[in-house]
Parts: sequence; structure tokens; C-alpha cells
Amino acid sequence: MLKNIQLHKGLDIPVKGAAELKIEKSIVSDVVSVKPTNFKNLTPKLLVREGDEVKAGSILFVDKYRPEIGFASPVSGTVQSVVRGDKRKLLEVRVQASKTTDYIKFNVPAVGKATAEEIKKVLLESGLWAAIKQRPYGIVANPADKPRAIFVSGFDSAPLAPDYNFTLKDEASNLQVAVDVLNKLTEGGLFVGVNGKNASASPFSKLQNVKLYGFTGAHPAGNVGVQINNIAPINKGEIVWTIDPIFMVAIGKLFTQGVYDVTRTIAVAGNRVEKPCYVTCVPGCQIKDLDFLVSKKEVEIFDQETGCRYISGNVLTGTNVGAEGSLDFYSNMVTVISEGNYYEMFGWVKPMRFGKFSFSKSYFSWLTPGKKYKVDTNLNGGQRAFVVSDVYGKVLPMDIYPVYLLKAILAEDIDKMEQLGIYEVIEEDFALCEYVCPSKIDIQDIISKGIATMIKEMA
Amino acid sequence: MKALLNLVEKIKPTFSKGGKFGFLHSTFDAFETFLFVPNTVTKSGSHIRDCVDLKRVMTVVIVALMPALAFGIWNVGEQHSIAFGLDMTFIEKVWFGFLKVLPLIIVSYVVGLGIEFISAQLRGHEVNEGFLVSGMIIPLIMPVDVPLWILALAVAFAVIIGKEVFGGTGMNIWNPALIARAFVFFAYPSQISGDTIWIEGLNAAKANAMQTVDGFSGATPLGQAANGIVDFTTTTGEPLSLMQMFIGNMPGSIGETSTIAILIGAVILIWTGVASWKIMASCVAGALAVGFLVNGFAEPGTFAAVPAYYHLVLGGFAFGAVFMATDPVTSAQTEKGKWIYGFLVGALAVIIRLFNPGYPEGMMLAILLMNTFAPLIDHYVVEGNIKKRIKRSVTK
Repeated sequence: MLKNIQLHKGLDIPVKGAAELKIEKSIVSDVVSVKPTNFKNLTPKLLVREGDEVKAGSILFVDKYRPEIGFASPVSGTVQSVVRGDKRKLLEVRVQASKTTDYIKFNVPAVGKATAEEIKKVLLESGLWAAIKQRPYGIVANPADKPRAIFVSGFDSAPLAPDYNFTLKDEASNLQVAVDVLNKLTEGGLFVGVNGKNASASPFSKLQNVKLYGFTGAHPAGNVGVQINNIAPINKGEIVWTIDPIFMVAIGKLFTQGVYDVTRTIAVAGNRVEKPCYVTCVPGCQIKDLDFLVSKKEVEIFDQETGCRYISGNVLTGTNVGAEGSLDFYSNMVTVISEGNYYEMFGWVKPMRFGKFSFSKSYFSWLTPGKKYKVDTNLNGGQRAFVVSDVYGKVLPMDIYPVYLLKAILAEDIDKMEQLGIYEVIEEDFALCEYVCPSKIDIQDIISKGIATMIKEMA
Repeated sequence: MKALLNLVEKIKPTFSKGGKFGFLHSTFDAFETFLFVPNTVTKSGSHIRDCVDLKRVMTVVIVALMPALAFGIWNVGEQHSIAFGLDMTFIEKVWFGFLKVLPLIIVSYVVGLGIEFISAQLRGHEVNEGFLVSGMIIPLIMPVDVPLWILALAVAFAVIIGKEVFGGTGMNIWNPALIARAFVFFAYPSQISGDTIWIEGLNAAKANAMQTVDGFSGATPLGQAANGIVDFTTTTGEPLSLMQMFIGNMPGSIGETSTIAILIGAVILIWTGVASWKIMASCVAGALAVGFLVNGFAEPGTFAAVPAYYHLVLGGFAFGAVFMATDPVTSAQTEKGKWIYGFLVGALAVIIRLFNPGYPEGMMLAILLMNTFAPLIDHYVVEGNIKKRIKRSVTK
């Protein structure tokens, strides 16, 4: 029986450019990037050199402090270049892909009889371990931990996010294998949150051995952190693991075919995409390879020409990767929207701003509830101190006092951060708070700083 | 628009750091962002942001203040005409009131914004919008006859001591507008209490031996109550009905007399979500609770026996409950805390009115007092959340 949890707080930002439910193309990239910067708090140790031959599943670099955790190449080919930044920081390893993908064949145990240790060994060897994140902190999980439970959000509620009911509709068998695999890693069971509105359409609704919860409500109902908080919040001293469904498919393939295959169906969406749609690709594929989908028309906002922003991920939490960038490891979509580097005369004074959406009723977008908006990256104001202190709670369906937590972080008060729930949140949970903030405070940055402080102080 | 934008772009380097007028950076920025929403794009975190900003939020409050201001302007003329038995048309009353109120608003903004600009400049910050609202509220809670120099002094005190010393908008403990009023109240008590200050021209009339109409008294209903008169009368001695107090054509501070005009503002604030309906509702509840309780014990014929709902239309109660108790910076910030905070503001206002013989109006002191205690209320609400979290923690 599905337990349904109704969330009353949140916001679905009406963004234009949702992907049509159609897989347009399978992208085959010449070059694939694997980026240590995708993994929070990672100090990478490089294992390959330029010119090395690699296969899909070859480990390119490992975590310096937990060398058992490796990060693999999703394709076979040769290491084309190792890109470093300031202070020789490793930014990405670029692999020139071969014509056909040559997979390493891993020895996988039969899932039914395998022990947790055997399963961990395969996941670590293949590089798929990186898919499992832990809460607190949202970093790659530690294989030595015994998590209280594993949580999966079976849907993504972010603006323009891909519809997992569509992209995973043929993956039920792989998902079932992954469920059985993950169940071995915890005694607390595997919790899956599905969209309460159409739970039966979810590929998760037919799986065995999952603890299924329905969530109804606006974004961030699909955030796994929000779901954990509403099912059973993380307590101090506990660890839970989370994993995205796109990686469960990969786990299924690993344990049935013995290969590291992280190919996924992603949405390419946003108002600068000509025909928003779905494509299949591997993480690390180049944005350039998706460029054929992006509109070439020049766009002017208030008579000022604006360029495109290429985001790996959604508009709230994604990374600005640029036209030359690549798809992040954890991303399930690419969003292309207009840059907002224009001036708008008396923008804040105008009674109506037809092209802009506001959560606040101080503009009149509430008069046109069904309308979708062409969003851009303009900050729409200047940064100020916290003034309107109650707006954040309206979009955060968690038992947390956002402003108090943020101020504790700014004051670097470790005890207070802990008491106010830093263990229960990661950046994405506060993305909507940042979106609605009239003071234009970079709230996700503050959370990030808080988590970094905790990792450092609690080590 | 393009031409103006080009001009701004052209002179921008002069006012940027390193430019000839680089020291005026904050001032230039304030004017530039006043004219144009800047071309700043998101650098980190969410790539898109809501189009609301603090300027807009403040604009909404100012719009919500307009009915009270408009009524106040007319009422200044109305009361003047009644006091001196003048036969003035509607337009004449409005024009008379406008000429009296406008200088107050100008002085308030010029002094307040001047200080805001200077302190932003000194700190190298952007100029904050907070004073746009305070600067409008301050004249509305002053008697129309307040000397401009006192007003200027009060505004300066409020902005510097009430706000900037704490770090500017968002950091202050007390509502700056009420600090201004409290300053006048304690430093120049004769300018803000008594029977002669609420109507334009009365003070001057005394000095010039000008004639008011027969039987005239400039006392506000609250002033009458303080003197033990509970059968409220108008300035000409007629009985003053509850309805008239609700509409507000009676003497008082410029913007606070008309409950109905204030209610229009309240609807705007609540609908746009700028101010908390919880605070307004609990504030009314608090006043009624104490009022009715006292009614039960009061001797007939005393102020305490006046039905509790009179408190809602008397003096600055409505204005305070709608525009000042709800200030998001100085009020309680937790949702539970707002209920407690609002209730106590309303309750204290009535208690001060009834039991403090020195001063008939309790709203100002009630809000300032609760501003002081709001962090404490929030502390206990947040502490409850913390306790819950500690209780379920696995390790100590």
C-alpha cells in the first residue's frame, strides 16, 4: 500500500521549454570528459597519463584519501589530455573515444547469494560506487559505513526536469536488480519516493522489496532530501545513502552484463533550445554535440543582445558549463537559457512585467496561472541583508528554520549548525529559497560553506 | 531609453573604483539601479531568480500606505476647516492638507536618505531601500503641526541610532519609524501630546489670538479618554460615533486616524504576502482579549469600561498593527512566534492605554517593547525545534 505524503510548501516555477517526450537521437561523443570537480570534497589522485589506452570502466583517478573509490571512464579509447587549472588542480580527464565501446568485463556475483562485501567490491572496482552519495553532506558514500537506509527519489520535480516515467519505462528489470543489490548494503531497506499524482505510472511502483512512498506537491517534492526529512529525518550520528534512478539502471546493467555502462536518457530543455527533447548519451559528453538542438536565432531582451547559458542540470542547481563544457556525472538534463546581461529601465517600478514570473504577488504573474515564462539569468536586483525573513519557509517543506540555519553558518557556529539541522540538508534543498529571495543572497553557496565547515571540523 | 542607458554606461567608469568620482560609487549605483534593473547575472547557485527584489517589496508597502496618506491629507484640511469654521471645498481641503503634509515628507526623505547615502558610501555598500518605507511612515505618525526641525532631528536619530549603528536595514532591533516617534515623544513631549497639536494652525492660532469656533476642543478621542471623558465627542462637541472613528475624520496623527484607509493597505500587504496576516490578526486578538477582560471588571463610565473594540479604531492602533508591528526585520520571524508576538503587542497596547495615566497611546511603546522581545520569542520557538532534533539524535 502506497503511503502518500502531501507537501504544502514549495513552488513549481513555470519555465518555458519543457522537453517533448521523444528520444531525438543517441549522442556518440568523440571526446568524453571525466571531471573530479563533479564530486564534492574530492581530492583526486590521477592513475592515467595522456596516451594511455582505457576501456569503459577503467579507473581514471581515485579519491586520494579513500583510494578504494575510483572514478571510471564511461567510454573506451585513449586519454587525450589531462586538464589542470590553478595550482595544478585536476579539472578534467578527456578521453578520445574509440569507434565502438569496449567494456571491461567484471566478474559479478549472483545478486541473490552475494554478500554486502562482494557487492561493494564490484561497485568499487567498476567505478559505479561514485553514484552512491551519503547524507549528511551529499558526498560520495564511504564503503565502510553501515547506512541506516538507502533513499531514492523516483521522480525529479525541478523545472523542466526529465520525466523518469518516460526515460525509465523500459528499465524495470535493471531497476529491480539494482533494488536487490542496494538492499544488500543496508539493513534499513530501500525507500523510494514516487510522484503521488501518477504513482502507478512510475516504473518503481511495480518493483519488489522497496518501501514505496508517494509525494504530492510542488518542487522540491522530488528532492530526495525533502523526502528523507518527511519519511524519517536524519539524526545526528546517522548516515543514509542516496542514489539517483539513472545510476540504478547502471547498477542493473553491471550486475546482469558485467559492464560499466552509464548511458542515460537526458532531457535537453530551456527556451534557447529549438525543439526541446530527450537524447541518450554518457556523462561527460560534450555540450557541443548537443549544439544542433540549440536555436541559432539571435535573441534580444529589451533591445539588448543576449547569449546562451549552458547548464548541466536544471536551472536551480545545475552547473554553468558553457558551450565548450560537458555533461556532469550526476546530471540528468542540459538546460539552455538566455543570459540576463541586459538593463531593464524602471523594471522594479513597472506595475506589470509580463515576461517575468514572480512567486511574490507584488507582480501580477498570479493573474496568468498557466503561463510559462522564458527565464534568463538576470539577478533581478542587488544583494542585500536578510529582510523578508519569512519567504524562505514557504518553499522549504522540511522541519528546519532556514534563516536561523543560514545565520548559524555565516557565524560559523558549529554547534548551532548541528542543532538546526545541517546534517539533513544539501545545497539543492535550499535552491528554491535562493530563487525566491528578494535580497538576492547566494543561499546555496552559504549551505555549501556550512557543509565544508562541518566536514573539516568533524573529521 | 537607449540614450539614457548609453549615458549611464558612458559616465559609469568615472564613478567606478579608481575613477575620478570613485568615492561616490554607492551614490552612483543607487541612481543607476533606480533607473535600470542592472545587468548582473547569477554567478553561483540558482541560475534564475525571482523578479522580486527589495525595491519592489518596499514599493508595495508604499502603495499600501497611499490610502492612509491620501485620507490624512484630506483630513488635515477637514479638521482645519472645522476648527476655524471655514467653508472649504473638497479640493481646497486636499490642497491645504497637501501643502502641510508635503514638507514633512520631503524633510523625512531628504534627511533620512541623505544619511543612508552617506553611510552606504562610508561602508562601500549599495544603498539599501529600507528607508523608502520608513521615510513615508514617519510623517504619517507625526502630528501635522510638528516643527520641521524636530522632524529632521527625529529622522536623523532614527536612522543613525535606530538603524545604521546596527549595520543598516535588516540588522536593526527596533522599527526605525517608531524610534523617530519615540524620540519626539521623549525629547519634545509637548510637541506630540496635548490638545493643540493635532490640528493644523491651533498652536499658531493661540499665539496670534485667532478664533476657533465656539465650543471647540482639539482633543483626540484618546486624549479625551485620558482625561476621563468616555463619551467621545468631535472637536465641536457633537457625539463621536464608532463609525466616524472607523472612517477617521477626527484629529490625530496624519495617517493613523482612518481605520478604513489602513484596512485597504492591510489587504494589499496581506494579499502580496509582504506583511504577515498572523501578526495583524493576533494583534487584534490580543487587544480584544485584554479589552474584554478589563471590561468585565471596570466601573461604568471609566475608560476601562469602553467596549474593547473601540481600541481598534482609537489612536494609532490600526496603523501600528498593520504597518509597524509587521515589519519583517523587527518582528518575530518564526511562524509560531508571530502569533505570540502579535498577541502581546495588542494586549500591551491596551494595557498601557488603560493603566498608564501619563500617556494615552500605548501602541508605540507596545511595539517597541515587543521588538525588543521578538528575538527572545523566536529563540524559544527555535529552541523547541532544536530540542526535538537533539532528542532524536543517535549519538550525543
